[in-house]
Amino acid sequence: MQSAVGERRPLTARAGVLGLQGDFAEHLATLDRLGVDGVDVRRREQLDDIDALIIPGGESTTIGKLASQYGIIDKLKDRVAEGMPVWGTCAGAIFIAKDVPGHPHPLASLMDMTVERNAFGRQVDSFEADLDVKGFGSEPFHAVFIRAPRISRVGPGIEVLARLGDGTVVAARQGRLLATSFHPELTHDERFHRYFLSLGKS
Amino acid sequence: MASQSTPDKNGSKGTWTLKTGLAQMLKGGVIMDVVTAEHAKIAEEAGAVAVMALERVPADIRAAGGVARMSDPEMIHAIMDAVTIPVMAKARIGHFVEAQVLEAIGVDYVDESEVLTPADLKNHIDKHAFKVPFVCGARDLGEALRRINEGAAMIRSKGEAGTGNIVEAVTHIRAITDAIKELGELGPDALETRAREYRVPVELVRQVAKDGSLPVVLFCAGGIATPADAALMMQLGAEGNFVGSGIFKSADPARRAKAIVEATTHFRDAKLVAEVSRGLGEAMRGLSLESIPAQERLAVRGW
Repeated sequence: MQSAVGERRPLTARAGVLGLQGDFAEHLATLDRLGVDGVDVRRREQLDDIDALIIPGGESTTIGKLASQYGIIDKLKDRVAEGMPVWGTCAGAIFIAKDVPGHPHPLASLMDMTVERNAFGRQVDSFEADLDVKGFGSEPFHAVFIRAPRISRVGPGIEVLARLGDGTVVAARQGRLLATSFHPELTHDERFHRYFLSLGKS
Repeated sequence: MASQSTPDKNGSKGTWTLKTGLAQMLKGGVIMDVVTAEHAKIAEEAGAVAVMALERVPADIRAAGGVARMSDPEMIHAIMDAVTIPVMAKARIGHFVEAQVLEAIGVDYVDESEVLTPADLKNHIDKHAFKVPFVCGARDLGEALRRINEGAAMIRSKGEAGTGNIVEAVTHIRAITDAIKELGELGPDALETRAREYRVPVELVRQVAKDGSLPVVLFCAGGIATPADAALMMQLGAEGNFVGSGIFKSADPARRAKAIVEATTHFRDAKLVAEVSRGLGEAMRGLSLESIPAQERLAVRGW
């Protein structure tokens, strides 16, 4: 698995980005630069037409509410059971976590971890940081944390990919599920997108 | 919209990327005016991406007259404690100390707003001086670019707040998007002339011409009262909606709020907009523009 990182293997053919709310356009633009067919997914049936799904940054309460209301969560669980890779960035990481203390709306509950919302404070505490990411080589990944969540517990099947200087987990993977507390779609570094797109080939 | 930017240094806060980035996260969503913690909870439950904490919704500010100022920090705190979504609050145009107070309280976005009585008739707030991001209103592209040049990290078309009348919102969003399209067709000399006319650096005008969009997120505000209004603004190029009086001045705020959220997400799906519009009860009464004397128009505040 380790070897997939950064390699130029054939990428996923059609990747969806959940377009209910948030910065889905930035993910779609990144996919486009990578030559991947991106699909703006707003309806349940569209989940049948994609090979991978990204849940973007946004407000997890809004995304969770709309996704559950339109039956997207149930369908997504089926697709994940069939092996479809899913990546959540920021609000998306909250959306796919099994345990989110005090979350007012339904979530997809896919990945065995606890994610705490707004864990670093309010907007004035939002920050940028350089991360060493497992498998990305010596060049740090510049990460943008906006009212970011943190991964406060990881289950036994989870591989930690990146931590902040104080040890806080901010990127993790469980099989074909990927979670980042930050926003690779807001910077020009495409390594996380490549990494995610390689998961479906593993 | 071209939103990707160059990285700032490690550990930095209050950067342009972080300020504009939060607005990116709000896209496709609805920001609702709330006056109590209870309203804020209704808004969050309905799927709002953020709330605007204020003492009176614009319709009541309009009715009350007098000087409208920043809200009591006590009520802003109560709303911040009640919800987990971002909380915005309004400062008067040019009142940089109100903005400092809002930053100190810890609000997530400051709206330098024409809905409040302006504090300075010459200067808007120098928004670059703050770590907290700002959203500002605009009626046309020149106004939007002047605000961005001063440091606004998000723009909302002004509309005419507190009227429940969409006509000004449509006028302003069309003025902005039409002027952006037009820039794309201009040569280098004409862009320089346009920059002088707008009173902004030519680099900013060139960037907008090249990208075909503002360098920050563009929402719509001022007059949205129905799900169809919300979808209309999205089809006209808004990336999200502010709804002020339209929700809590209607017969059934919780249902209307939820319907406006859904119409904003599925703005091209007329069947869905029809479905969520059914049986919502009375919308806010609304005002015709002709009934508002010139000196009581809010959109003309700011320049």
